Amino acid sequence: MNAKLLKEMYEKALTIRLFEKAAIEQYRLGNIYGYLHPYLGEEGIAVGAISTLRPDDYIVSTHRGHGHAIAKGHDVSLMMAELFGKATGYCQGRGGSMHVANLEQNNLGANGIVGGGIPIATGAGMAVKQKKSDQVVIGFFSDGAVNNGVFHESLNLAAIYALPVVYVLENNQYAAATPYEKMNLNDDLSIYANGFGIPGLTIDGNDVIGVYEAASSAVERARNDDGPTLIECKTYRHQGHHVNDPGVYMPQDVMAAWKAKDPVDRLRDHLDVNESITEDEIAAIDQKVAIIIEDAVQFASESPQPSAEQFLSEIPQF
Amino acid sequence: MTTLKYRKALNNALREEMERDSLVFLVGEGIGKKGGSYKVTDQLIHEFGPERVIDTPISEASFVGMAGGAAIAGTRPVAEILFVDFTYLIMDQIANQIAKFRFMTGDQGAVPFVLRTQGGLGNGLAGQHSQSLEALFYHIPGLQVIMPSTPYDAKGLLKSAIRSDQPVIFIEHKKLYMTEGEVPDEEYTIPIGMADIRREGSDVTLVTYSYMTLESLKAADLLAQEGINVEVIDLRSLVPMDMDCVLSSVKKTGRLVVVHEAVKRGGIGGDIVANVVEHAFYDLESPVKRLAGRNTTIPFNINLEKLCVPSVADIVEGVREVFNS
Repeated sequence: MNAKLLKEMYEKALTIRLFEKAAIEQYRLGNIYGYLHPYLGEEGIAVGAISTLRPDDYIVSTHRGHGHAIAKGHDVSLMMAELFGKATGYCQGRGGSMHVANLEQNNLGANGIVGGGIPIATGAGMAVKQKKSDQVVIGFFSDGAVNNGVFHESLNLAAIYALPVVYVLENNQYAAATPYEKMNLNDDLSIYANGFGIPGLTIDGNDVIGVYEAASSAVERARNDDGPTLIECKTYRHQGHHVNDPGVYMPQDVMAAWKAKDPVDRLRDHLDVNESITEDEIAAIDQKVAIIIEDAVQFASESPQPSAEQFLSEIPQF
Repeated sequence: MTTLKYRKALNNALREEMERDSLVFLVGEGIGKKGGSYKVTDQLIHEFGPERVIDTPISEASFVGMAGGAAIAGTRPVAEILFVDFTYLIMDQIANQIAKFRFMTGDQGAVPFVLRTQGGLGNGLAGQHSQSLEALFYHIPGLQVIMPSTPYDAKGLLKSAIRSDQPVIFIEHKKLYMTEGEVPDEEYTIPIGMADIRREGSDVTLVTYSYMTLESLKAADLLAQEGINVEVIDLRSLVPMDMDCVLSSVKKTGRLVVVHEAVKRGGIGGDIVANVVEHAFYDLESPVKRLAGRNTTIPFNINLEKLCVPSVADIVEGVREVFNS
C-alpha cells in the first residue's frame, strides 16, 4: 500500500477521532442536544471501507454515522454545524447528528431507524443498475440491524438482482445495550451470506488495512457486476450506546483489550514502522487535523439558527 | 377519445412514461409475465424487459425501500403493492424513510417515488384484503395521496405522479378496474391537488373520492328526481387537498355531506368536516354529515360485508336528512 494513501487514511481516522471528542465536549457544554452516538473505536471500518471507493460511489450510513461522512470527505465544519442544529449544517439543522447526509458526495444519509438504511442502500444499487453505471454502493449497518427483517429481505434482493452493493456489518457487539451473542447463536454474523448465496467474510474491524483489503475485493466484484458481498467487521465501542449511556454493561477487561487494539493507534504505528513516514510528517497531520476540528467548532458556534419564518412559511395549511 | 377500462388507462400511463423516460421502472409481485393481479402491468415486460419490469419476492418492506433508495439515487421507480392491506408491512420505509428524506436532509435532492396499490371492498375477501387505509398515508407529512375514480383521472394523475419529485401513494380501487370511461388519444396529464366537480348542484355539497364517487353520482341522480340538487366533488387527490373547491361549494350550498368507504373513526371525512367548520362555519345552514365505513373489521360473509360501507340508499337518505334539517 502506498504511503500517500496511508497518510490520507490516517488523517481521516484521526479527523473522526477528534471530531467525536469535540462533539462530546460540545454536547457536555450544551451546544449539541438530542442524541449523539460517537463512532470512537470504530474508525477503522469507515476509513478502510470508504477509501476503496471512487468519489461518485454511494454510501448509506447509520445513526452512528459521523465516521462514514468524514471518510466520504464531508466538510467537518458543515457537519458540526448540523450537530449544532444550525442553518449552515448539511441538512439546515433539520436532521442533526443522526441524519447527516450530503447528496453532492453521494452520501444518502445516516438513519435514526436501526436497519432502515439497508433497503435504501439496496435501492441505490438498483438505481446504478437502471442507469447502467459502474458505481458501487456501501451500505453500513450494525449487529443490531441483523435481527431486523429488512436485512434478510434486502440481501436476498441484492443477491437475486446481482446489485453492486457491499454490505458492511459493523459488529460493535451491542444492539444498543444488548450483547449480540445473546441475540444470535452464530459467533460470526457473516454466515448469513450463505443463506443468500453470496460471499460473506468476517474480519477484524480495528485493522484499517485489513478492512481496506477486504472491501477492495468486494468493491471490485460489485463494479464488475458480479453482485453483493457481506463483510462483518468486528469492533467495539469506546463508550456506551450514546453520549449519555455510561455503558455499565460493558466489561472493563473486554473494553481494555479492545482499546489495546485501537484502530487509530494501530494505523499510526503502522505508518511509523512500515512505511517510513517520519514522525514530523505524522505530527504535521496531527496538527492540521486539530486545527480543522477547532475551526469546525468555531464555525458551528458562530453560524445562525435556521429561520423560523421561512420554516413556517413552507408548511401547507391543509 | 377512446373508451378504456380503468386498468387499461393505468397500463397506458405506465407504458407512456416508460417510453418517455428510461429512468422509470416497475417493481412488484407478479407484475411481469402475469401482468399483475389486476392486469395493470399487462404486456409491459414484453415491451420493456425484465430489467425494467421487475418481479420481486414477497418482501414488501424491502422492495418498497429499495424503490425509495433508487428514487433518492436518481431513478423514477413505481412500486406495486398488491393490496393496500399489505402496506402495513412497509410502513417504516414509507413513513420514516421515503416521506421524510427530502425534509430531513434540508431539501437535498428529490424522491420521485410512486407506490401503486389498491383497496376497498371486493366480494367476500375478508378483513385483510378489503380495507381502505388512505387515512394512514394522509396523516404522514411528506406524502402525496391520490385516489382517482375514472379512467381519465387514473391515467392523467398516474403520469403526473411518475413525473413528480415528491413521493406519491396512488391508491386504486378493485371495483374500479373494470369500469370504463373516455380517455383522450393525445398526451395529457392532470395536475395533482385539483378536485373535480363531477356534478354541479346548489342544494348540498357532497365531497367524496375513489369508488364512492360512482355511488354518490348514482345517489345524486335519484335525489335530483326529488328536486334536491347535489354538487358532487371528487377530490381525486387527498394530499394536497383542494379545500378551496370544497369551501367555495359549501359557501354556495350551505350544506355538507362527506362520503367515503374507509372507517369513520379517524377518517378523512372528519378532517374535511373540521376544515369546513374552521373556515366556513357561518356559511353552514344545517348540521354536516359523514357517511363512511363502519368502525369494524370487514367480515367475510357477503351479507354482513355489504353493511360495512355506505350504499347508494344510505347516501340518498343521508343527503335528504341534511337537506331537510
